Amino acid sequence: MLWTDFEQFGIPDPWRALDRLNRAVSGSGLLAPSTNEFPLVNVWMDGDRAVVTTELPGVESKDVDISVAGKTVTLRGARSLGDACKEGCEHRHERWSGNFSRSFELPFVIDQNKVDAKFSKGVLHVTLPRAESDKPRKIAIKME
Amino acid sequence: MTDTDKDLAKKEAGVPAGVERTKPRKVFKPDVDIIEDKEETVLTADLPGVDEKSLDITLEKNVITIRGRVETEIPAGCRLAYGEYEIGDYERAFSLSDEVDKEKIQATIKSGVLKLVLPKAAAVKARKIAITAA
Repeated sequence: MLWTDFEQFGIPDPWRALDRLNRAVSGSGLLAPSTNEFPLVNVWMDGDRAVVTTELPGVESKDVDISVAGKTVTLRGARSLGDACKEGCEHRHERWSGNFSRSFELPFVIDQNKVDAKFSKGVLHVTLPRAESDKPRKIAIKME
Repeated sequence: MTDTDKDLAKKEAGVPAGVERTKPRKVFKPDVDIIEDKEETVLTADLPGVDEKSLDITLEKNVITIRGRVETEIPAGCRLAYGEYEIGDYERAFSLSDEVDKEKIQATIKSGVLKLVLPKAAAVKARKIAITAA
């Protein structure tokens, strides 16, 4: 069963419930409880597809590895800041560097062949369509 | 991640007491690296979602201000199912020492990273005093 189909059966949709909970807790209405995971992601849903966005400024497409298995998406990558301090003096060092790896599960099986990813202005967008085999089948009702 | 001690969440930019922003959206303080060597000071800032068209750098009385507008790109027909980060503009200001050659400041932005090169004024470079042992 697709998670977003819950409300048809009178059961609250867990995604919406989570959303409402977040609104109640944070006041600003958007954020999930703070996490130590990196990178932080936003997941957008539209029926049979999910779009995952994450902010990875300065990361090249070749430095990101996206893998999909069943319902799970894994983002791996790295950012190096180059040779920071040669002879100079570093006044501030706030930007992150190093390797990252993040996995999360979507509420449906992903069609691995149709995953699409693009980088725009340092923001990664990954479109993950639901697998055809995972979609609910419509059953025709015959008249007797 | 190697920088485990760092706070990786976005930090909101402050406003002076009693002042409010005109636009009801969040403004964040971008993370920066500042490196100085003999010739120049290089400021690098993470501004995801900002490009050359939406970036604004102003210099007024030794204060350099970086402002980046971020257009919220909501994928067509989608609603946010799960959110961990917020989208907002960026703003941060630095006061420069007067040894920067203001005419030669260079700024480039690539995949959401701003590189601001602040060359030192020629007079300062020459003002090195040799010390001789007495």
